[in-house]
Amino acid sequence: MSLTRPGLWAAGLLLLLTLGTVGAVAWRAEWSGAFGPADWAAIRFTLLQALASAALSVLLAVPVARALSRRRFLGRSVLVTLLGAPFILPVVVAVMGLLAVFGRRGLVSDGLALIGLPPLDIYGYEGVVLAHVFFNLPLATRMLLQGWLSIPSERFRLAASLGAPVGRLLEWPMIRSVAPGAFLVIFLICLSSFAVALILGGGPRATTVELAIYQAVRFDFDLERAALLALVQFAICAAVAAVAFAVTVPDGLGSGLDRTVKRWDGSRWADAFWIALAALFLLLPLGVIVAGGIAGLPDLPGSLFAASVRSVCVALASTVIALVLSLALALRKGPVSSLAGVLPLAASPLVVGTGLLIVIYPLASPASAALAITALVNALMAVPFAVRIVTPAVRQAEASYGRLADAMGLTGWARLRIVLLPRLRRPLGFAGGIAAALSMGDLGVIALFAGPGEETLPLAMYRLMGAFRTDAAAGAGLVLFALSLTLFWAFDRGGRVDADA
Amino acid sequence: MLRATTIAGLTFAATTAGAETLTIYAYDSFVPDYGPGPAVAEVFEEQCGCEVEYVAAGDGAALLSRVRLEGARSGADIVLGLDSNLVAQARETGLFAPHGVDAEFDLPVTWDDDTFLPFDWGYFAFVGNEGTEAPSSLQELADSDLQIAIQDPRSSTPGLGLVLWVEQAYGEEAGALWSDLADNVLTVTPGWSEAYGLFLDGEVDAVLSYTTSPAYHSIAEEDDSKVAWAFDEGHYVQIEVAAVLESSDQPELAREFMAFIASDGFQSVIPTTNWMYPVIEPEGGLPDGFEALAQPESALLYPPEEAQAVREAAIDTWRGALAQ
Repeated sequence: MSLTRPGLWAAGLLLLLTLGTVGAVAWRAEWSGAFGPADWAAIRFTLLQALASAALSVLLAVPVARALSRRRFLGRSVLVTLLGAPFILPVVVAVMGLLAVFGRRGLVSDGLALIGLPPLDIYGYEGVVLAHVFFNLPLATRMLLQGWLSIPSERFRLAASLGAPVGRLLEWPMIRSVAPGAFLVIFLICLSSFAVALILGGGPRATTVELAIYQAVRFDFDLERAALLALVQFAICAAVAAVAFAVTVPDGLGSGLDRTVKRWDGSRWADAFWIALAALFLLLPLGVIVAGGIAGLPDLPGSLFAASVRSVCVALASTVIALVLSLALALRKGPVSSLAGVLPLAASPLVVGTGLLIVIYPLASPASAALAITALVNALMAVPFAVRIVTPAVRQAEASYGRLADAMGLTGWARLRIVLLPRLRRPLGFAGGIAAALSMGDLGVIALFAGPGEETLPLAMYRLMGAFRTDAAAGAGLVLFALSLTLFWAFDRGGRVDADA
Repeated sequence: MLRATTIAGLTFAATTAGAETLTIYAYDSFVPDYGPGPAVAEVFEEQCGCEVEYVAAGDGAALLSRVRLEGARSGADIVLGLDSNLVAQARETGLFAPHGVDAEFDLPVTWDDDTFLPFDWGYFAFVGNEGTEAPSSLQELADSDLQIAIQDPRSSTPGLGLVLWVEQAYGEEAGALWSDLADNVLTVTPGWSEAYGLFLDGEVDAVLSYTTSPAYHSIAEEDDSKVAWAFDEGHYVQIEVAAVLESSDQPELAREFMAFIASDGFQSVIPTTNWMYPVIEPEGGLPDGFEALAQPESALLYPPEEAQAVREAAIDTWRGALAQ
């Protein structure tokens, strides 16, 4: 069997799951009208908030990344590592942390009240953008930091000895090449935002397209509008993705190089200010989550244990599916598999889930399939990230050992097992960690269809928040945070064991 | 995948194995420990020798959407928590069967529907804190600087009730009132629980709830600081209903539960768990504390078919005004 054959199957499956499910939803819809003004408002809001979130994240990341690149201080490497945390932090948990800091009854509002100022209002547009910046500022910072670290230190020394302007000659060209890619990736991630908008937005003033799809299915049972909105989302993402992949996108998920150039320029105080600001912005909500969570642990309802087990099982199943699909795609070169690898970024998980339910409806009751569908949809959503991590490693292994393997007549399964897999452990472990953490924290499809005894941990937590059991919700948030981190760590670590090649 | 399927299969098997299980889809605040669900289930389980299982499926419209999606394959035997404004829409689906209960109801309107059985009722009202200057009408609220939380009319029955309240009280002027009200609305939540939680957390000055809500605070928490604002326009009435699904695999049990709804065992639990008025006065009368509640001078309510006719346009007006 050729190793490229599974890639075709995987690509076909991804195509069916993304575009095919839109078809299934459209098929069940009763076609009557078209978009109303509120749908256009949702599209406008989606674009505006994504634009603002991406611009703010990148703009703020520039001084932070520059400061981190040219200063050495105690805890720097810990801080750089922590910059990766928001990416695997479950959205519901992060939003709770942000509310505790920036909400009307949060720390900042309390501080403002002391000097007689009105409390902050983070519901709606401002809150959605704030949460997106919280998630994506670290991503942008890491991308730019790598850009800075990729400038050879010899050039800095040369510039120093010549008295040349470092900013204009070295830094600006780097920013110009890295920033557009970072901007586009963040823009794309914010386009399909759901859980943030569900908790902080939700009113007609702050509805994203993905949230409008949720409302159309869950409240109005308007499958026609759900299908149309899903197509709009595809079109917007396709347009952005076309631009994004034309402008080279640097890999923002790799670990930061922990190496600083000795620098003489810039204000020490300004750098300290930016680093402190970023650290405070990122660490304060995390700290509140941990502190509030510990206080809330005694209030946890007993049903939470079952929900945790369920979530871990879904996350593991989803990781296996994501890794198999991504490996299959990575083993196959060519436009079909690279297109299939990015397609899920544009898909609406809610439409995929609804479409699957409609397809399996003749076979099983929707409630009994909700968890299986959740695992599949979560896997789908992790594929674009996993493919980007695994593909370069496959190419490298093939470049180094491909000819030797050819000469020895190693093909198919044996080639995969003997030549490739041992070299893919690290990227597979890292990709698996990301997939598991993303699935663990996902509040999407399950919010639509959870049947009896099918609550996942994020849903249980969201319901506790909704039922104003704030302490218990904080406890659940901490459990969720800890489980996500543990899963990520276990996979990432598992990929590194005995792999010191 | 395999594991998730197995687990899904196991839970499914577990829910159907005992055979004598009655599955009720209810709104989120009915099901938890502090809601009426557990107390009601306990009384009924003793009576029927069966098991009651609740599924919290979101507020009113979400409940209806859920059974529409599941259609004849729905796992539910009973849906509990639609209201009179959704009855016509629910009837059109053809998914519900007659309840077979004959009872006299103490409601502000006459109700004789053979499919949708009322289980409690109340007046919508904004609930605020004592000491906050209370507006005396919707218009006065809209003109004030007060911050409120309301529910989404597409998902939640109180949200829909408010939209119809404004529609009935203001008619042609409803859009203008919503425009005035837009800057008072801090946020729109998907369900009642979320909005009420925001109010209790102090995020808003008032929340759309019921005239009976202060009774919870005064009776259960001995806290008299929560008040329902009386409005000159009158107050919109909510009648909450339950119905049996045609596709139920426990039709006998389901009808037994419907009869139970109209009995004292259910009705006497409602006032101090769901904090609404019972549809049949309990043997012991209403609990102490209920007599102190605000009694609206006039009750507003669209009959089901009329509510259905104005609903869509009224929600579009609301969406349009708040999307600005």
